[in-house]
Amino acid sequence: MEGNVKLITDDGLRLDGRSSNEIRPIKIQTGVIEKADGSAYIEWGANKIVVAVYVREAYPKHAQNMDRAIVKARYNMAGFSVEERKRPGPDRRTMEISKVISEALSSAIILEKLPRAEVDVFIEVLEADAGTRIASITASSVAIADAGVPMRDLVVGCTAGKAGGKMVLDLSKDEDNYGEADIPMAILPRTGKVVLLQIDGDVSPEEFDEATLMITNAMKDISKIQRDALMKKYSIQDGE
Amino acid sequence: MKYLETKEIVYPGDRIEINDLRPRNGIYEDNSQYFSEYFGVIQKGERFIDIAPFNSPYLPRVNDKVIGKIMDIGPTMWTVDINSPYYSLLHINDTPWHVNAGDLTRYLTAGDFIYVKISVSNEIKESWVSMRDTGMRKLESGQVIMIKPPKVPRVIGKGGNMISLIKTETDTKIIVGQNGFIWIDGEPDNVNIAINAIEMVEREAHTIGLTDRMSEYFKKLKGGN
Repeated sequence: MEGNVKLITDDGLRLDGRSSNEIRPIKIQTGVIEKADGSAYIEWGANKIVVAVYVREAYPKHAQNMDRAIVKARYNMAGFSVEERKRPGPDRRTMEISKVISEALSSAIILEKLPRAEVDVFIEVLEADAGTRIASITASSVAIADAGVPMRDLVVGCTAGKAGGKMVLDLSKDEDNYGEADIPMAILPRTGKVVLLQIDGDVSPEEFDEATLMITNAMKDISKIQRDALMKKYSIQDGE
Repeated sequence: MKYLETKEIVYPGDRIEINDLRPRNGIYEDNSQYFSEYFGVIQKGERFIDIAPFNSPYLPRVNDKVIGKIMDIGPTMWTVDINSPYYSLLHINDTPWHVNAGDLTRYLTAGDFIYVKISVSNEIKESWVSMRDTGMRKLESGQVIMIKPPKVPRVIGKGGNMISLIKTETDTKIIVGQNGFIWIDGEPDNVNIAINAIEMVEREAHTIGLTDRMSEYFKKLKGGN
């Protein structure tokens, strides 16, 4: 893929055949980890991510907040998750992602309901293919709802960006690597509040508006997938 | 508490029409509108409206009778795991024994299970448990299983009919803690049947006519023998 890469073909489609405002297929499953309070598994395109949620008293004791819970997300990539082996353990990038995910989830969880507690969100990326941070957020909020932690809304994440001079939704690996800009964003769909927004690359204000519009339009579909995933665990029981 | 028959499922952030009812558990207010906090079902009573979550951590409530597991031993108190994010404490004065400070392991050691009542719980979810009540005791022999705390009412059943059905059909002694810990004692084979039955109730807690189906299940088991 070195050198001159044409990210948008002549007929306006992208390399993987998607149109500019089309997301990759998403599949979410809940209750994948028996021992966790809540869990979820997401397949977003070629991304494969497992999330496990635990609620407990914050430890050590001086880290407890007397009036609210703290959220600790830990984003971790498996050594085999990327093409070239990832050196295991936290690094600059994963620590940043853990931080922004913790903060995004904190604004969705009703923290005052669980004083002194800690909501641990363990995110294990098994396979990475661009957009893992927003896929992680999307799966994490499902796992947290599965754990029965009080929430204001289910957080929905998506990316948009500029590739081949055109604004496109949900960047693929090649578009992320060789494109001009990447804008991950997470929203609380009910109020439209933005809980995560990062920009990597250069876009004009008009292009940025186009990107956010594309993301907000895609939120409805992703939100539906999240709800269906939660429902699926109980629909067997309702089948009677 | 009498609930009318409703089975409307809501997700976090879904708007709840409260009409003339008062919102109670699992509902938050934003701009004088009401929204769900949980993934669960709406339960409408005569005066209140609640969201009953499908899953939620156990939060200590005064007068709940729970099963606890001794986790840690201090000079005058035991730390007790009550299947909750928050640990509970048992002070030596709240036991039926005359315990000397520093000599706690003679009575209860780490790993022991106890049937206790929550005597104190405060706004930061600190709680104390007490063994000074009828029926409260150390649970010897038997085994303890765990179910999701919101499923406990279904395992007990209306007026305790579900649990008494399991008890009589399997000939076991069972104590259901409000926190989701369940103690079962009896012949090993019977205990296993009881555990399977309880897990079945937990799995199918949302369905209607479960008690009848459980009696049929036991009939079938007996027929097979």
